[in-house]
Amino acid sequence: MDAIVQVQGLHKTYGATVAVEDISFTVGEGEIFGMVGPNGAGKTTTIECLEGLRKPDRGMVRVLGVDPQHDSQTLRLRTGMQLQQSNLPDRIKVWEALDLYASFYPKPVNWRELLVQLGLEEKRNTAFSKLSGGQKQRLFIALALLPDPQLVFLDELTTGLDPQARHTIWDLVREIRSHGKTILLTTHFMEEAEKLCDRVAILDHGKIVALDTPANLISSLGVEERVTFSVDGTLPPAFTAALSTGTRVEVQGDRVTIHTVNTRQVPLVSEVVNLLGSQQISFHDLRTEQPNLEDVFLSLTGREMRE
Amino acid sequence: MKSLLKMTWVEAKLFLREPASAFFTLIFPLLMLLIFGAIYGANPVPGTDSTEAAIGALIPAFTGMSIGIVGLMPVTITMATYRENGILRRLRTTPASPLMIMAAQVVVVFVMTALGVLLLMIAGKLVYHVQFTGNALSLAAGFTFCSLSFFGTGFVLAGTMPTARTAQIVAMVLMYPMLILSGAGWPRELMPAAVLKISNFLPLTYVINLLRGLWFGESWGQHLLDVGVLAVMLIAGVLISLKTFRWE
Ligand SMILES: Nc1ncnc2c1ncn2[C@@H]1O[C@H](COP(=O)(O)OP(=O)(O)O)[C@@H](O)[C@H]1O
Ligand SMILES: [Mg+2]
Repeated sequence: MDAIVQVQGLHKTYGATVAVEDISFTVGEGEIFGMVGPNGAGKTTTIECLEGLRKPDRGMVRVLGVDPQHDSQTLRLRTGMQLQQSNLPDRIKVWEALDLYASFYPKPVNWRELLVQLGLEEKRNTAFSKLSGGQKQRLFIALALLPDPQLVFLDELTTGLDPQARHTIWDLVREIRSHGKTILLTTHFMEEAEKLCDRVAILDHGKIVALDTPANLISSLGVEERVTFSVDGTLPPAFTAALSTGTRVEVQGDRVTIHTVNTRQVPLVSEVVNLLGSQQISFHDLRTEQPNLEDVFLSLTGREMRE
Repeated sequence: MKSLLKMTWVEAKLFLREPASAFFTLIFPLLMLLIFGAIYGANPVPGTDSTEAAIGALIPAFTGMSIGIVGLMPVTITMATYRENGILRRLRTTPASPLMIMAAQVVVVFVMTALGVLLLMIAGKLVYHVQFTGNALSLAAGFTFCSLSFFGTGFVLAGTMPTARTAQIVAMVLMYPMLILSGAGWPRELMPAAVLKISNFLPLTYVINLLRGLWFGESWGQHLLDVGVLAVMLIAGVLISLKTFRWE
């Protein structure tokens, strides 16, 4: 696997704030690599150091084999960038923006095809300021794809979008990858990282606290399974006593959560349902939950990954 | 080159979609001429020298006024808001160069100002039968020279002021005294001595002196001071504009 991006000991401070502290990772060709972490974790600083927009204090950065500080022109020609914060003139029309940006590149892809591919065909004559958040984001993705880039940077691409728009964008990103492009994205949605990325670097306070595939990160927690349900009235102590060892019971109001960390012969859910039945406890809203990246973040940092 | 043309074309369309800038460059000089024309003589009679000459002198003055307004307002506001809103930030990720971005702005505002001046002249001719006695080529060259000398101011303001708002306020603070005191609204000959002194410090004064001279058929040689001041402004404008350009 060829390294498209190599980062070794990247460090960046703003005054007294250490934004990025000694970060190292590589991104291979054709990968969807995600940086995930709460706001202020240092994702944008890292990605913009790779894009050549910010100057690292120290550390080695190579993108497509070049140093972004010294050869920014190569990056501008061969990568596509969607920034967390950027804009187009209010009154520019969708097609005008695409046509203009296409003219910057020696061999741009056909923007009329991108317009269709990104579902913006109907909006081609709409002014930028009249687009919805999701439409603007799709236009920015289209602009990032114009140079037919080897590598696409996407910084917080679904922030502020409703769930439906978010799913549309996820499909788009997968589609872009299927054309052989490498994608480096950031998000503060653990679910997004889990569903979309081949590998994920979890950032917190400027450091990478974990880096692996989402599946490996989750299984590193141990095989935890969870069953939750609500009881009418209170949970009799006999129930807890009858549960097999290696389980843990948590009660919040009428909501009961049972955790297990052991590999089991009988699925936890069967045991719980049987027990509830045999003890004639009336319950509702029973659910099983798989552990996810949120739990990984919680176990690594001791904090919830919420805004 | 292809991208410069595209960018110029898009910026021209954006300029015209902005009602304020389209009004001030294309319509406002014409409107001023009609208002002042009405003041000087409601029914200009062809052949009566005084009204014609007075209105004739207004055309180079309003041309200068137009250059002053355009150099300070649309250029400053466009560039400062492009930076503040992250429009330049987006452009920075592409191979587009600062020089190209600024060149596109210059071409657009220059052509728009020229169109406004053309309308002004056509109105002068049709409504007030103004006779132009100078050399058209020399006047066109003077107009281009004055415009380019003045447009740098807008880029410098946009590049040096911390926010779009301060850039706009400073541009206005610079513009109003110039419009009033440089001879754009009324001839400098009618100003008291003290005001005349102030007007010597206003760059627009030199624009209007030069344009008025060329309009009445004087040579460039008779306006060496004006040409000198504007040449310094031109060179300083280009150098400082490039130096102070900021993507964000
Ligand atoms: N231009 C800047 N000037 C000063 N501090 C900054 C700047 N950009 C980011 N920071 C600080 O650096 C830290 C990391 O920010 P950022 O990289 O934007 O994180 P993220 O993208 O993960 O939300 C934060 O504490 C933020 O306040
Ligand atoms: Mg960010």
